[in-house]
Order: sequence, then C-alpha cells, then structure tokens
Amino acid sequence: MYRYDEFDETIVRQRAAQFRGQVERRIDGSLTEEEFTPLRLMNGLYLQLHAYMLRVAVPYGTLNSKQMRMLGLIAEKYDRGYGHFTTRQNIQYNWPVLKDVPDILDHLADVEMHAIQTSGNCIRNVTADHFAGVAADEVEDPRPTAELVRQWSTLHPEFAFLPRKFKIAVTGAAEDRAAIAVHDIGLQILRNGAGEVGYRVLVGGGMGRTPFIAKTVRQFLPKAELLGYLEAILRVYNLEGRRDNKYKARVKILVHETGTEEFIAKVEAEYSRSPKPSVQADPAEVERIAAYFAPPEYETLPAISASFDEAQAADPAFDLFASTNLFPHKAPGYTALTVSMKPVGAPPGDASAKQMYQLADIAERWSLDEMRITHVQNVVLPHVKLDEVHAVWTALVEAGLETPNAGLITDIIACPGMDYCKLATARSIPIAEAISARFADPVRQREIGKLGIKISGCINACGHHHVGAIGILGLEKGGIENYQITLGGEPGTDASLGERLGAGIDGDAVPGAIERIVDTYLDLRTGEDEAFIQTVRRVGLDPFKPALVAPPAETADALA
Amino acid sequence: MPLLDRTGVKPDAFTRDDPAAPAIIVPLASLDEALANRAQGQRIGIDVPNTAVPYDLPTQGGIDLIAVSFPKFGDGRGFSIGHALRESGYTGTLRVSGQLLPDQFAFALQCGFDEVEIDGERLARQPVEQWLAALGDVTLSYQESTDGTPSIFAKRAATR
Repeated sequence: MYRYDEFDETIVRQRAAQFRGQVERRIDGSLTEEEFTPLRLMNGLYLQLHAYMLRVAVPYGTLNSKQMRMLGLIAEKYDRGYGHFTTRQNIQYNWPVLKDVPDILDHLADVEMHAIQTSGNCIRNVTADHFAGVAADEVEDPRPTAELVRQWSTLHPEFAFLPRKFKIAVTGAAEDRAAIAVHDIGLQILRNGAGEVGYRVLVGGGMGRTPFIAKTVRQFLPKAELLGYLEAILRVYNLEGRRDNKYKARVKILVHETGTEEFIAKVEAEYSRSPKPSVQADPAEVERIAAYFAPPEYETLPAISASFDEAQAADPAFDLFASTNLFPHKAPGYTALTVSMKPVGAPPGDASAKQMYQLADIAERWSLDEMRITHVQNVVLPHVKLDEVHAVWTALVEAGLETPNAGLITDIIACPGMDYCKLATARSIPIAEAISARFADPVRQREIGKLGIKISGCINACGHHHVGAIGILGLEKGGIENYQITLGGEPGTDASLGERLGAGIDGDAVPGAIERIVDTYLDLRTGEDEAFIQTVRRVGLDPFKPALVAPPAETADALA
Repeated sequence: MPLLDRTGVKPDAFTRDDPAAPAIIVPLASLDEALANRAQGQRIGIDVPNTAVPYDLPTQGGIDLIAVSFPKFGDGRGFSIGHALRESGYTGTLRVSGQLLPDQFAFALQCGFDEVEIDGERLARQPVEQWLAALGDVTLSYQESTDGTPSIFAKRAATR
C-alpha cells in the first residue's frame, strides 16, 4: 500500500486545518452559505435530507486494518454506529454534526486518510479495479497510476472549479472491473505492439439523466505522457464545458455536442500546443510510487489446499460461500475473498462500527492487513490463503458477514434513495431489501447465476441503474413512487446501457416483476453458462416484456 | 475597486475611466484603438471575458496587463486562461477581476495571476487579513506553479 511521505502528510493536515478555518469563517459570517457550499463540498461534506453527510475518500478502495478501525471509530463516535460504502469505493457517514467534522478530518489524517475532493465540481477520488495486484489477467497494477493521479489532482489549482464533477477510473486488466466506460475519463493499462506499457484513454462516459458510454480518444498513450495528456483533456473541458445548465455540464455532453472527432482534435491540439514536459511525472517518481504496490511476500504454497477441499466437502454452507465469493489469485495457494455487504433484507453497503472492527481484525490476521472497497459496495480481502478460508468464513459468520451472494442477484447496488437523499424522488433501499428477501434462498441464487441489479432513486442514477443487467429507476408520478425497469446494462468489458422494458410500475409490484423476468430468463437461457446479460443480448427485450405486468391471479392475491 | 496581491492591498495604477491616463485598461475590442492612440510610455491593459480563447489573446506586443473576468467564484474558466497565458509566454501582469474567494487566492496565484480586483463589499466581509492568511493555509502543492515554486514532485526529485 502507498504510505504518505512528509509532503503527503503535510497537505492532508493543512487541508484539515484549512477546513476548520472555513467552518469558523462560515459561523462568523465571513463566508455566506453560498460561498461556503462549494468549499465544504470539495471536502466531502453534503447537506442531506436530515443532516450533513460526510464522504471520506478511500483512494482506489484500498484500506489497511488501522484505517478500517478508524472508520469504525468515527462511525461509533460521530455517527449512529454505521458507515455506508459507496459505488465509488468510498465510505460515507449520514449523521455527522458540522462542528465535529474538523475533528473527524483530524482523526482521518492520523491514519493517512481525508475527504478531499470526494464531492464538488472537481476531480474526484480516483477508483480502480478492486482485484488490482491479485488478478491474473493484469497487464500492470492500476494502483500506482491511480495514486499518481490522486496526487496530481489533489488541490489542482486550475481544475478545482470545473463545470461539473469529474471522475477518473483505472483498470490494468483485460477484463474491466472498474467500469471505466461510464467515467469521465477511463484509463486502461495495456501494451502496444512493441510491448511498451501505456494507456487506452476513454473520455465522456457517465450515467445520470443522459447516459453515455465513453469514447476512446487515444488508443495508446505512452505511460510517461499520462499527466500532460490529462491536463490537456481537463483544460479543454474547463474552458469549453457547458456552464449554463448543470445537467448538461459533464464532459460527456461536451464530447457528444462537439462530436468525438472534433473533441479529440481539440485535446490533441491542446496537448501539442503545450507538451508540458514538466507536468509529466518523473519516471523515478513513478517508480517510487509503484514500489509501494510491489507484491507482498507471499508464502510458497501449493495451488491446491487439501484442508480447503475437505472443508468444502464437509460443510454445504461453507461450500456455497466458497464457490460464490472467491476470486482466483495469481499467487498459488491464495484467493481473494469478497465479503458481501448485502445481507438479505438490509441496506446495501452498510457496515456497523463493530463489523468494521471485525473486518479489520480479520484482514490483519488473514489478508496481509489489506482490504478493498469495491464499486459494488462490498469489501474484498485480497490475499487469503486457501488453507485459511474456512477460518475466515467462521469469523465472518460470527460477524454476520458471510452472505454467499457475490455477483449474484441479491448483490444489489442501490443509492440511499428517499430515505436519506434530498434529490431522490423514490425509495431505493426498501426496494433492494424486498428483492433480496424475495430471492433469499442461496441455492436459487446460485442457479440463477451472475446477475447485477442496480437501483437508483432518481434520474441522477447514483445507483448505476443504466448499467444494471436489470436496472430499476425510481421516479415520482403524481405523488406516487413509480419504478422503471431496464434490461441489458453492463458496466464492465463490452459496456452497454440498459433499455426500458416498458411503462413504470408500483414499488409493491417490483419484486414480482423481477421474479417473472428472472423466470423468463431461466426458460430462455441455452444453459447455465449463458448469463442473464448474454440471454438478453441474444433474444432482445421483447420476450421479457410480458413479465413486467402481473398476471391477473397474482394481482388478485396481492389485493386479497 | 480594491486591488490586492500577495503582499496586501495596493493602489491601482491602472484606470478604465481616462483614456489619457498613464496606465489604462480597455476592453479587448478597443485594444487596436488604444494602441493607435498610445501616448509615450503609456501602459495598456485589456479586459478579457472568461469566454476568451487564451491562445487568441494578444500576449506579445506590449500589453502590460490582462484582466480576466471572474463573473462568479464558482466559474473556474479564468484559472485555465491564466495558466494558458503564462504557458504561452505572457510575462505582463495578470489580474483577476470580479468574484474570487480568499480560499481561491492561492489557486489564482499558482495559475499565474499576480493580483485580484474585487468589490468593496467582499473586502469588507472578507478583510485583507483573511486573504493573506488563506495563502498560508496549504503551503505545498503537487502542481507546478507558474511563479517557479517547486512542486512536491520536484521537491522529491531534489532529494533523490
């Protein structure tokens, strides 16, 4: 993991102190509310429906045990005992009091953490593949790039007041687990024909009310040119992005309205005009950062663990967990284990302070002191010995964190919705809870296979419904919550946006409709190896349309 | 309107009111006229909207000052204009004109601005002490400053 040097430490400490001063100047009237708002947002502090919400950055989702314990302590001391892992690998607290926030930032600084640029119209916290350094299909670990971008973008004087927020994601693998095509900039590390490492650069993806899949603006950017090229993109966006309408202010709209070719020409012109050699990262600096992400000292282990196999054979519950929540590790004898934060019937992504402490203990003992927050709102233990998976599972059972649903139908992404968010037009969490209750049977979930349900409580799409294999969008229609269902979205490799299945339905009808959609899929699929999204792509939406409407008998039952 | 730089409030040598004054600021559109009528030793500056393309601005040819408009403090186009002007080799004075917060002062200086022209109401509510104190809030930067202050990256390189 990256460790702060004196410079990183100083910046974070000074930013926390600066925020303390900004709060004081708001209270003494030097800053108006209108002036204070962007300043607090740039430090992750939102004013929500009931209270302030503080979003803490977890750069590219990586955490050690000490940091996780601090997150637990903050939940305990300053929140109502909970934290909420977000779709951008961060954590947010829904109940802090304004006067406590500077103290929270000091606590965070003690463990090399902060809330810098987790909100506001600036370059947000950088995200990366949660299996970075683990996956066998990796060209290069994306975290050194993400850390370099984190530093370069931190308090960037030119790009702190952009037209709108700006999100960057990095993947180093062939399979895209970082959803780079739905980010403002997506970076894919790859090799060119000569074997050199560089980036495919995507710009202009995003969700919200006008979703777009990002366009490739450079097929291969040499690795050493990254920061200069990012500056060129950001400058074009800062100067030309729309500021007349915040719903049209993201770079995706600029790319769309300008045209991809013309946008590329502008970026290339900007880049060639000022090649910015001094902005480009010094190779020695890139190496310095990369050294922190060198593979840990793995033990030399056989690829197969007899004790693991025996435990799987002996205990069906463990077998179910192990066959669902493990991801192959490139080091023999190790695995990456997904801890699902989606227990049946509970808000997706929530963790209690106690669970955070338990996760910290487990990671310290069994995962080389490391965890990852995923954009699917789960926690990954990246380096677990196969020999010890059963022990980890036993500890997870004790913590109530053993839900065997990673990647399955109840591993739902949902935004906070009307329960917390002032923008929301409908509830999300209760819909997620009802669906996960409907599909609670883990054996049935396994049978259905890989299926991502994503739920947003308004058109801003924080729940990523556009890229859900099944997407659910909650709207308000004549004072009643109404839910639109989309099918066919995919956030990763071959990213696509879902299409609407038909007219919106009532909240009560959603679990039944999802169940009928799933039954239709089970009837149509060519076999267990054809995932839901593949079936939808093969047969189209038409065969699913009748599923949206409840058959008369069911309606009668529901009314009875 | 009050003018301040990194040392505090200072008198404004330029005026927009008297075309015969020793130092004048004119709208970009009136530049040719001002240059044609330029008195011996007269300094000329231009007012530039933040919708201007920085690379199209007359950075050579004796322009002494460019005042970039900041119509709203949340509109950050001016930061890119300032930075681009410095990268293009402009060496005259760069002025922020309009709405800026003390908390943005350091960003403006890092982007190559020298001074800030703000309205009196703001300076009354956010006195000069706040502006100068804000400059000391964060003393390091990952980014290079156009004034030559080394970035954190450069400082690290120096210790290698």
